Amino acid sequence: MVELATIKPFFAERQDVLNEILGRYPDYGRRSAIMPLLWEVQRAERYVSEARVHEIAEIIGIQPTEVKGVMSFYSTYHEHQVGKYHLQICSTLACSLAGSDEMYDFISEETGLVNGETDRQGLFSIQKVECLGSCTTAPVLQVNDTYYENVGKSRCKVLLDALRRGEMPEPWRERYGDNEGVEKAKPLQNTAKTGGNA
Amino acid sequence: MSDAVAEKPKAITSRHDPRFEVTLYKYIGVENSHTLEFYKSHGGYESAKKAITTMQPAQVVDELKKSGLRGRGGAGFPTGLKWSFMPPVDGRQRFIVCNADESEPGSCKDRYVLEDDPHQLIEGMIIAGYAISATKGVLYIRGEYYQGYERLYNAIKEAKAEGFLGKNLFGTDFEFDIMLHRGAGAYICGEESALMNSFEGYRANPRLKPPFPAQAGVYSLPTTVNNVTSLACAVHIVGKGADWFAGMGTDDSKGIHHVQVSGPARRRGVYEVPMGITYREIIFDLAGGPTEEVKAFIPGGSSCPMFPFTDQYLDMPMEYASVAKAGSMLGTGGIMLIPQNKCIVDALYNVVRFYAHESCGKCTPCREGVSTWVPRMYQKMLAGLGEKGDLELLEDVSSNIRGRSFCPLADACIMPVQASIKHFRHEYEYIIEHGKSMYPKQSRWAD
Repeated sequence: MVELATIKPFFAERQDVLNEILGRYPDYGRRSAIMPLLWEVQRAERYVSEARVHEIAEIIGIQPTEVKGVMSFYSTYHEHQVGKYHLQICSTLACSLAGSDEMYDFISEETGLVNGETDRQGLFSIQKVECLGSCTTAPVLQVNDTYYENVGKSRCKVLLDALRRGEMPEPWRERYGDNEGVEKAKPLQNTAKTGGNA
Repeated sequence: MSDAVAEKPKAITSRHDPRFEVTLYKYIGVENSHTLEFYKSHGGYESAKKAITTMQPAQVVDELKKSGLRGRGGAGFPTGLKWSFMPPVDGRQRFIVCNADESEPGSCKDRYVLEDDPHQLIEGMIIAGYAISATKGVLYIRGEYYQGYERLYNAIKEAKAEGFLGKNLFGTDFEFDIMLHRGAGAYICGEESALMNSFEGYRANPRLKPPFPAQAGVYSLPTTVNNVTSLACAVHIVGKGADWFAGMGTDDSKGIHHVQVSGPARRRGVYEVPMGITYREIIFDLAGGPTEEVKAFIPGGSSCPMFPFTDQYLDMPMEYASVAKAGSMLGTGGIMLIPQNKCIVDALYNVVRFYAHESCGKCTPCREGVSTWVPRMYQKMLAGLGEKGDLELLEDVSSNIRGRSFCPLADACIMPVQASIKHFRHEYEYIIEHGKSMYPKQSRWAD
């Protein structure tokens, strides 16, 4: 317990953030703040350590084991630090049908890591995840919080190279169907007019 | 595969159909559509104003009932009826919850609304809140949708600053506010009672029903839970009238739905369609047909039993009753094509693995069956170790799980398993007899 006490509390210098989160919920629903507090810590430190679990428990006014119980239920909170770039490969059916199994093998080979590992430098970590809700633009690769959709082999390479240089590309948002936007939907009327010449 | 990419066909979407006007998805994919400025200049918050300033809450509920809107989250429960289940106002806090924990494999219709049209959803929540006299909304968004979360966070801030959220909305004494809450990767949170536990800061185990959310929901207070596109539909039902909505679709299923076509189709994507459209129209006319031979399709997200890719099923109208009669569910509208040369046992193992991972472990059939026995039996078959009797054992275990679990998650896993055995029994028999798949695994990754 001594060593836990010597770590500087995470929210000590973030009182405004803490108050904003606690203020979102009614007084009788203070526990609701557990998940956002865990997120706040994880986004800054890339995992939630034992000490932070204790700190959050104290803020909420419950036992640390309860916070741990909540944390362990969800698959996106990490007990161990993940890499600067946490590569999450969707492996559920739609992505699998678009080659995410091969994408995993490729990334695994490129980084020398297998599912769940972080490299020594703390640059990359990889995790196979379940459906990310990008089935119509599969396969999808999520790096930290950013979606990269429709990742073919060459794009995957480009992405990994950029990350190695420390660059995080803008999200690749692919749009097909009615979500392509009104402008994109327009050209068809022109081609319909020209008919066979198109 | 590369051929299909090279000759990427021209866009044909529901927007091009002169008989049909895209409404809910009208501004999805348009630049800056997520800002309040854009939303306001395109008629935003007019429906909420209409509801709050010219209608009684009961009138809004009636309008929803008249529209025939059924919940778009998968179960298809009539939305207006659900709203009317709320107990009389008795001074207790009441909640409207938006379930934005979209995680059914094959589904992504909600994500585009969350990211590109967050104000539409906020307006839908205001209308629903007014209709059920709830002054607080809970918007539970899955943790992975960070962009959606950010945009909603900003949209709520914008709406508060402009007076669309807060006290005295549109000059009346109605007040409404939204709590935005981010999940952290758990499919079970899509189940409404698990979602409420998660929101309250507990492990997301489902709760025993009854009591239903209307009696004891969030913090044990009266609550109604609706899906993202159900709430967004409410905006247009109030705005254009129930008759507009009820005028589309069939007697059984009215209005519009959003189908999401994935798998080997030429134009994968999300399409807004009138209910009652046939699966053939969706897959061939809108999505441009398959890029390779297809043997089956899943009609509404991975928990819905698959259909063989035959005329009988392709010509079926997309409506709740017809799909249920044929042995599956309309679900979220996530249509997934399964190619001919994909081993069905392998495909189903992927589905089973998903549910095994997402089982919360609360009840025995799901913990021991869905998350233990069933995936192990698939692993055994796929490893070439299948023995005579394994298929019968799988069927036996399946029928003993089905209908016996605490929440629908176990059924969501077992029904597709049973359907795959029903339609593709020969592939299971082949893998058990020969110790290898009928269709060897091949690379499906495009360059």
